[in-house]
Amino acid sequence: MKRHLLALSLGIFASFPAIGSADQPGLEVEQAWSRASMGNDRPGVAYMVVRNTGSETRTLIGAKTDIAMMPQIHRTTTGASGVSQMAPAGDIEIQPGAEIALAPGGLHIMLMKLTQPLIEGESYGLTLLFKNGHDFEVSVPILSPTARNANP
Amino acid sequence: MISRRSVAAYLGGGAALAGGVLALGWWQVDGPGAKNPAPLLPLPLSEMSFSMQDHTGKEVTPQGLLGKASLVFFGYTFCPDVCPTTLSDITVWLNELGEDAALLNAIFITVDPERDTQAAMAQYMGYFHPDIRGWRGSLAETDKAIAGFNASYSLGEGEDYTVEHSSSVFLFQPDGRLAAMIDLHEDREQGLAKIRRVLQP
Repeated sequence: MKRHLLALSLGIFASFPAIGSADQPGLEVEQAWSRASMGNDRPGVAYMVVRNTGSETRTLIGAKTDIAMMPQIHRTTTGASGVSQMAPAGDIEIQPGAEIALAPGGLHIMLMKLTQPLIEGESYGLTLLFKNGHDFEVSVPILSPTARNANP
Repeated sequence: MISRRSVAAYLGGGAALAGGVLALGWWQVDGPGAKNPAPLLPLPLSEMSFSMQDHTGKEVTPQGLLGKASLVFFGYTFCPDVCPTTLSDITVWLNELGEDAALLNAIFITVDPERDTQAAMAQYMGYFHPDIRGWRGSLAETDKAIAGFNASYSLGEGEDYTVEHSSSVFLFQPDGRLAAMIDLHEDREQGLAKIRRVLQP
C-alpha cells in the first residue's frame, strides 16, 4: 500500500494508467480501460493486455472488483454468417513470454450487475484471478462511452 | 440381436430415404422449388415490410430510407462489447464524412425491444453521433425486419441475458439495393472507403 501511495504522489499513475502491483512478479498489464456506463442497469466492460513475463504458464480464471457483483471473462465470437455471440471464456492460459489482448469484439471482462455507474475520468480497482492463487491488481481508467481503445 | 428381416427393412428404408433426399435436392436446386442464390443477403429496402418507431417516437419504415444511402445494423443497448464498438465506429465515420454525412442514413435496430424501451433507446443514442437513429418495434415487427435483412438473432436466458445477433453493418445504395456489408472485424478505414464509394459513385 505504501508503494501505491508513493506512486500516486509521484504522479506515476498518470503516465502509466494501468500498472499492476509489484507484489506478484511475472505479469504485466497495460492499456486497461473501461467505457463509461449509462447508469448501472446495463453491464459494463473492461479491456486490457495481460503479458506473462515470468517463466511459468499462468492461467487466468476470472476477475473480481467492487464495482460489479458479477464480473466475468467473456469472449465474443463472430461466425461465418456474421452472427456474434458472447460466452464465458473459460480458463485462459498465458504461456511464458506470451500476452493476451482483451479488446473490443473479442475477449473482454463483462462487468455484470454494476454496483455504481462507471464515470468518465475516474478509475477503479480490479483483481485478475489466476489458478495459482497469485492474483493481480489493476487500476482501470474509465474513458468516454464512445472510446474504442485505451488511447482515444 | 438384429434379425435378417429387420436388416432388410432397415436397408429398404435407407434406400427410400436416400431416394427421397435426392428427389428433394432436385426439387430445390433444378426443379420448381429452385430459389435465387445467395439467400443470406438482405432484400432491397424497397421490398422489406416492417414498421417501427425511432428513438424520438417517430414512425419509420425501410421505404422512408430511400433517396439516401443507408447504414443499418442490429444490436441491443445492454450489449457491452460489440454494439458500443460499432456505434463508435459509425460515429467516427459520420464525423470524418463531415458535410457528406447528411447524404447518409445511419440506423441502429434493437433486437431486444422489451428491455430497450423508447426511453432506453433515447438515452443510449444520446451518447453517439446525433444523426444515428435508434429504431425499435414490436417483437413481430422486429422479426419481420430480421427476415427482410436475412439476419438472425436469439435471446439468451436468465435475468441478465445477452443476445446473439448479426453484427455486420449493412450499407445500402440510395435506391435501396445492398451495396456492401462491413464486418465487425474489418478495418475501420476500409469501412469508410466503402461508404465513400456509395456516396460518390
